[in-house]
Amino acid sequence: MRARFVFGTLAACVALTACSGGSEAPEYGENPQLPEKQRGLLPNMEIANPASWGDARPQVPEGYAITAIATDLKVPRQTLVLPNGDILVAEGSGGHAPKLRPKDIIAGYIKAKGKTSVEGGNRLTLLRDADGDGTYEVRSVFAEGLDAPYGLAFANGMIYVANQGELVRFTYRDGQTRADAPPIRVTKLPAKINHHWTKSLAASPDGRFLYVGIGSNSNVGDRGMDVEEDRAMVWQIDARTGMHRPFATGIRNPTALAFRPGSDELWAVANERDELGANLVPDYLTSVRDGAFYGWPYSYWGQNVDTRVKPARPDLVASAIKPDYALGAHVAALGVAFSAPIMGERFAQGAFVGEHGSWNRSEPVGYKVVFVPFSNGRPAGDPVDVVTGFRGEDGMTRGRPVGVTFDPRGALIICDDLSNTVWRLVPETPGNPEDFVPAGRSRADVMEEGEGGVRAPASAVATPDNLPEAR
Amino acid sequence: MPLSHRFRPAPARALHPVHAALLAGSLPLFAGTLLSDWAYAASYEVQWTNFASWLNAGALLFLGLALVFALVDTIRGLGRGIIYLVLVAATFAIGLVNSFIHAKDGWASMPTGLVLSILVTGLALVAVWFGFATLRKGETA
Repeated sequence: MRARFVFGTLAACVALTACSGGSEAPEYGENPQLPEKQRGLLPNMEIANPASWGDARPQVPEGYAITAIATDLKVPRQTLVLPNGDILVAEGSGGHAPKLRPKDIIAGYIKAKGKTSVEGGNRLTLLRDADGDGTYEVRSVFAEGLDAPYGLAFANGMIYVANQGELVRFTYRDGQTRADAPPIRVTKLPAKINHHWTKSLAASPDGRFLYVGIGSNSNVGDRGMDVEEDRAMVWQIDARTGMHRPFATGIRNPTALAFRPGSDELWAVANERDELGANLVPDYLTSVRDGAFYGWPYSYWGQNVDTRVKPARPDLVASAIKPDYALGAHVAALGVAFSAPIMGERFAQGAFVGEHGSWNRSEPVGYKVVFVPFSNGRPAGDPVDVVTGFRGEDGMTRGRPVGVTFDPRGALIICDDLSNTVWRLVPETPGNPEDFVPAGRSRADVMEEGEGGVRAPASAVATPDNLPEAR
Repeated sequence: MPLSHRFRPAPARALHPVHAALLAGSLPLFAGTLLSDWAYAASYEVQWTNFASWLNAGALLFLGLALVFALVDTIRGLGRGIIYLVLVAATFAIGLVNSFIHAKDGWASMPTGLVLSILVTGLALVAVWFGFATLRKGETA
């Protein structure tokens, strides 16, 4: 009965919004063509219709294999590969935004249909594959009682965790499966309302600074700008003292951060605003420039003014810069990880992006992991599908990708917060890192760089002898 | 009873007290929506548009129930006449559209929201007038 009501509602939505288009694929790349703003009487909503995987599996390119290395988790969102190859999984679901309008109640109810009914674990789960066969036979709770943990980073011999309201650190000994002591706070993070609650995290290559991405408290300033203080920005935090400053602002929801290997460039994926049409506004992948303003909420993709925000701020709009690379509107990028040659020739240079999938679009987009090829440190070319099949041709959604993490042993770790699974993608024939060493750099440099600025010691690096069995 | 009779006003009969309360109750709620929209337009303070959304939702709840009364009365041949029924239905319909307009974020609800609030408040006033008009002192059926 309830389901029928929802479908009835959705059908009505579609009928009322049919005029607002949405059949064309979203634009991506460095210079996306932005259509005119449009919105029907009701926003386009097409919500994931969850189903279990059963015998189905995500689809991967020829020459690659994917396996579930952990199931029945409690909302896995991001992972961290530790120096010894163990994987930490952050599980949780946060946010406590009050429902301010009738819309919040109705839209919240509809959107919840596309999510897991499992309650967030508020914990870190550790997965271990001691013999390197690709099966993670050890599973333990590393820490619990956290508050919606999301961003993870390893630096200075410690594990940093961005809860929805504070950045904390755990001391860590190699081989530990459980934290010795409760975490120590590095600094509090903006937690009021937490409409976008995820706090993404990356550590600078030298471990001196931690960067936390803080999402906005509304779609486009519709809770008033008072509650947007310290929101929609990336903080730079001194790892030792906890002192912080805004590093870049106007980024609506920076959901994942990573340092580009071999550089001091911080990169982010960010989710842009809704209810401006099927192909507005593109979510993006960008290098995050110190001191830059990326427009939110006053403008999008540079200086395209969003008239929904009053009073207008032409002064701020004039300073807004364009992000580097459009991933497509509404794809909901929630994960980013730089690759390395060990992932195979096709994915040797570039970044993987996990796309949770759209709600504000009659033709759903996202629901996959893509690869953005890089050349000379810049995105070069169209995004390539890597893992698909999360949303089947039958219209059912079996999984929703979130965080993606590069494992220097030659794998991509993918969180799926709908089926509560962690997936592991491996090349059946790992690429030879020797073939892809960028000019002026040694093989050792290439091998030492993991995702998010984490430096894996040489011992964790795969050699042909300890690589997981190809399946 | 022939259909034409059903739509003929039955002025001697007062509105059912609950019907009367629902009908009259929607008017200040619509008027409150209008005032809140005006306050938002004048101040850009988003809380006013939140108030407008809720006041409009309350008005729709009241008027929606009054519409049910009006329909049942009409079917039973005890209605206030076709004009009254159409007025209540039109007020409800425009109020519903206004609620969708108010569900847009921030200034996207403007100026359409304010225009519709003015229209719907005016219509509600006329509907109330038609609902109660015949109950004047000294008049008989």
